[in-house]
Amino acid sequence: MPSSSTDRLSIAILALGGQGGGVLADWIQNVARGHGWVAQGTSVPGVAQRTGSTVYYVELARADAAGRAPIMAQMPMPGDVDIVVASELMETGRAVLRGFSSAGRTTLIGSTHRIYAISEKSAMADGRGNSEKIIAAAQERSKRFIGFDMEAATDRTSSVISAIMFGALAGSEALPFPRESFEQAIRDSGIAVQSNLTGFEEGFTRAQGIIALPEEAEHPAPEPTTEIGRQLYSTAAALLPQEALHNVAHGLARLVDYQDANYARLYLDRLRAIAEHDEPPYNLTSEAARHLALWMSYEDTIRVADLKTRASRMERVREEVKAQDGQLVSVTEFMHPRLQELGETLPAPIGRRLLSGGLLARLMAPFFKQGRHVRTTGLRWFLVLRATSALRGLRRRSVRYVEEQERIDAWLSVAADLASRDVEAALEWIKLQQLIKGYGDTFERGLRNYLAIRSEFLALPEQDQTAAWLHQAREQAFAQS
Amino acid sequence: MAERSFKHEVKKLTAGEGETFTGEGILAVTKALLQSGVAYIGGYQGSPISHLMDVFADANDLLEELDVHFEASASEATAAAMLAASVNYPLRGAVAWKSVVGTNVASDALSNVASGGVTGGAMIIVGEDYGEGSSIMQERTHAFAMKSQMWLLDPRPNLTSIVNAVEQGFQLSEASNTPVMLEMRVRSCHMTGSFIAKDNIRPAFTVSDAAENPTRDLDRIVLPPANFLHEVEKIEKRWPAGLAYVRDNKLNEWFGPDTHPSEIGIIVQGGLYNNCNRAMELLGLADAFGTSDIPLYCLNVTYPLIPEEVKEFCADKKAVLVLEEGQPEFIEHELNTLIRRAELDCKIIGKDMMPRAGEYSAQVIRAGLGKFLRRFAPDIAPAQESSDPLPAPVAQEIPQRPAGFCTGCPERPIFTAMKLLEREIGPTHISADIGCHLFSILPPFNLGNTTMGYGLGSAGASAFKPTGKRAIAIMGDGGFWHNGLTSGISNAVFNKDDTVNLVIDNGYSAATGGQDIPSSRAKNANRVTNNPIEKAVRGVGGQWVRTLTRTYDIKAMRDTLREAMLTKTKGPKVIVAQSECMLNKQRREKPLMRKALKDGQRVERERFGVDSETCTGDHSCIRLSGCPSLSIKPNPDPLRQHPVAHVDNSCVGCGLCGEVSHAAVLCPSFYKAKLVSNPGRWEKLRARISGAVIRFIQQRDDRKRLARAF
Repeated sequence: MPSSSTDRLSIAILALGGQGGGVLADWIQNVARGHGWVAQGTSVPGVAQRTGSTVYYVELARADAAGRAPIMAQMPMPGDVDIVVASELMETGRAVLRGFSSAGRTTLIGSTHRIYAISEKSAMADGRGNSEKIIAAAQERSKRFIGFDMEAATDRTSSVISAIMFGALAGSEALPFPRESFEQAIRDSGIAVQSNLTGFEEGFTRAQGIIALPEEAEHPAPEPTTEIGRQLYSTAAALLPQEALHNVAHGLARLVDYQDANYARLYLDRLRAIAEHDEPPYNLTSEAARHLALWMSYEDTIRVADLKTRASRMERVREEVKAQDGQLVSVTEFMHPRLQELGETLPAPIGRRLLSGGLLARLMAPFFKQGRHVRTTGLRWFLVLRATSALRGLRRRSVRYVEEQERIDAWLSVAADLASRDVEAALEWIKLQQLIKGYGDTFERGLRNYLAIRSEFLALPEQDQTAAWLHQAREQAFAQS
Repeated sequence: MAERSFKHEVKKLTAGEGETFTGEGILAVTKALLQSGVAYIGGYQGSPISHLMDVFADANDLLEELDVHFEASASEATAAAMLAASVNYPLRGAVAWKSVVGTNVASDALSNVASGGVTGGAMIIVGEDYGEGSSIMQERTHAFAMKSQMWLLDPRPNLTSIVNAVEQGFQLSEASNTPVMLEMRVRSCHMTGSFIAKDNIRPAFTVSDAAENPTRDLDRIVLPPANFLHEVEKIEKRWPAGLAYVRDNKLNEWFGPDTHPSEIGIIVQGGLYNNCNRAMELLGLADAFGTSDIPLYCLNVTYPLIPEEVKEFCADKKAVLVLEEGQPEFIEHELNTLIRRAELDCKIIGKDMMPRAGEYSAQVIRAGLGKFLRRFAPDIAPAQESSDPLPAPVAQEIPQRPAGFCTGCPERPIFTAMKLLEREIGPTHISADIGCHLFSILPPFNLGNTTMGYGLGSAGASAFKPTGKRAIAIMGDGGFWHNGLTSGISNAVFNKDDTVNLVIDNGYSAATGGQDIPSSRAKNANRVTNNPIEKAVRGVGGQWVRTLTRTYDIKAMRDTLREAMLTKTKGPKVIVAQSECMLNKQRREKPLMRKALKDGQRVERERFGVDSETCTGDHSCIRLSGCPSLSIKPNPDPLRQHPVAHVDNSCVGCGLCGEVSHAAVLCPSFYKAKLVSNPGRWEKLRARISGAVIRFIQQRDDRKRLARAF
């Protein structure tokens, strides 16, 4: 009867192109060879590396007493893998999907951050996969799951993700080699030794911790800070159900910022008309508070100019581009205001004349054909945008304002009518606001979709005007890109 | 400059007798060639052989030192034709390429060299791109070995066996005057391991010796009557000599006992031996070191089969399982013939129990072996395997990751422009080609109808003779020089095709790892580069040719494409779209930038960003770009729910997102941030002044806003 080798270790590494999976595989082999083990690594590069995912496979074993070399397999075999290291959450999921990780045997080390696939990114609404389901499966189908946000760890240490993974592998103690040997492998490779060691340390420490998903920001309801704010909030609290107040507070803050307190009062009046028909748990009012606030704060030239010129915005940009002290940052916006947007922003009489395409329009048109590079860190363009944002006081007289209020009222009257007989259908109706977003062509397409659904829906006999119909219509509109 | 440098590793190639060589499979093959006294080497890049070509290129100094001639061939046909050097002279030569596609291209020359036969050892190293991660049609090189009668080696996948196969392959080739193919599977090319090295051998007879002493033998040329003689010689002389060499030198191997109580055995292709052993080990039929309970006949030479050996192995068995990857099952057919001729009563079990298609991993072999044992040796058969797949609701959350263009790739804007033009004039038939640009067929672009082979994009569109809309044919610079100039452009001129031909010129054979080609802008000490594509197109009679030197200029791209689609000029319209492969550009520029920063010089870096406050989460920008650095993140707005677009720090500032939002009138959310390190004094002063004024206004606005806030 042949003897079996029980001290072989098989390691599968799932990484995306450019994440250093090959470097990690080499480090592991060097550690093992240093301890007298036979190590083999294989991979399938090629087009898979151009942003696709790749599996690297490493086997570690020892020659037998007679000095015979072990026969090594060339790819991970489902059910026969001791360690899986995955550089991203869905790659962790893929390791489980392909059966590389098995309960009772595999140490599964996976990052919990996401690098979204093109199908998730290009969806018109929200196409993201469900992370929690993957985490649960990873726990069920492994002996031990070590999961943390390796991208955040990489950022914290200014290192690379392969060093974090290598540290986590050492920290998992799934390999029978001391920590020093791992660190020596990094030193021996002679590339970016110091930052790799820092990353290694971070990975090693985090491997001892609990499973952690990337942190997501929470949005507590804003507290009123002014007298007007307190008045508005107490009016809302008196008129609207408690359950909706979280979204209402956000909505009030947004609309006061967008226009003024009177505009926020209009918001509350409109909401009350919907809330009258609502019933516990008041989802309709809550969602109406969200979508009405979003619609009422529609994106016009004034709003964009306002947001682009705030001090907080400049700080956010510096943070996002990781500007360091002493670095000068200049910011150029890619704007493409069209004559139409200008006309819509102007007071109705002038705006309409411009939009009707007469002589004025023909004279102005050449100035609006091209996209503009707007340098908001320079004085000239900053002042132009600042002046545009000051048009806020005239907004109520603009063409766009008039049009949007008409659309909002038409939308709300259908919602109120529906709510009186079918709260669920009213809720789905309210959610149609999601379709109307963006600028220029995107905005027009969304509005067209909304209007098409609206007229088709209203033409239906009353008994067919259901939540399910609306839900499907919305999904369909999002599905066609 | 190739994507990966082997400058460091090639030092290992100087290892001498008795030293342990540890490294990658392709490096081991290179070492084995030098140990065999090879006189010339050629080949064409393509996974999994690209790295072999890169190793050769990086080992140029060592090759010159040993008087070994190396050429980066223009195509596989060029490489195969090089083997002509071994026909009349005792020169050992090796050529390499990606198979089966490269073998297709090379087959004319291969047929000729196989017909006339060789004097010096001729070896063709084929990187068999079959199975997971493959980018080509799934076919077998085996068919070429059979039709042209070239011996096919498929050694066990460990470096010692592979190195031995190279050395013995040359001897086999010389003993039988027949070219030999060495099949390297993808995983073996990139597999690390060790072997004991020998000294490198300088060729006793060099290519310059041959050139100085030309000999001529009319019988080696494929022309009547010699071609008829060749066929007879193949059968009567070379075939028996080949069989004798393989048999006498025991190139095939036996493992396990001579017989098994259940009278069963296994015949396995050498390349599958390790997977087979792992499957047997997990079924308790072998140990981790290859000690087998079942007789095993390992074919390190998969063509030709050795009738005596087959007869001997099968004589006392009632059933033999054949592990032969890919289809058709040539070996299984041949085994059945040999068994009938030997009048044996042994069942050959192959594709009736093993899958007809796909890679034979250890898992697949275990399942097939289990089936085989349940029928022929139930007492040692494993129980039926049960599987426990991930439930569908979880599995469907895991998205596919199709390959795509790299961050900042200059090819992406070309397809964005095509997408924008498509909105104006509707869909067009698009004939695609081989190269990175083929990713256009995948999301988010979904552009391209067919691809017929490398450099064949234009030829693939030649049947579309439009009366209304023109077809678009795409070709890369790699494909253009490989054969696209003649079989595509010249053909289109000659036949008065009215197609629009887009030649994507990114300065390298980018998809295969950034090797230089004739139009490369790089200065290469060993090659002649900087031969403009436009000049070549005009040279074959192209009239309507436009060269665009910045593909990121979406408007120019779109307008030129539109002009090409609508112009009244007859004949092919050729657009050469140039911008350097970003992967290579970054690799060249990043170290320079780091150095400049270190030296305190003024350094500019650009990157893009998305304002999450103005982004409404529609993702139109992503559908027109697909850049890896343009992603999404949770919406920071408490009321909005759809994720917002987001540019991560891997952005290289190519500018495409901004150009797209302009050209497609998308949204005002994109911004370009220019970061200046170590700015000049004047520039600092200006920024300080405008910054102070802006901050003053902003602070006043903030105070007013707070006063009227919620």
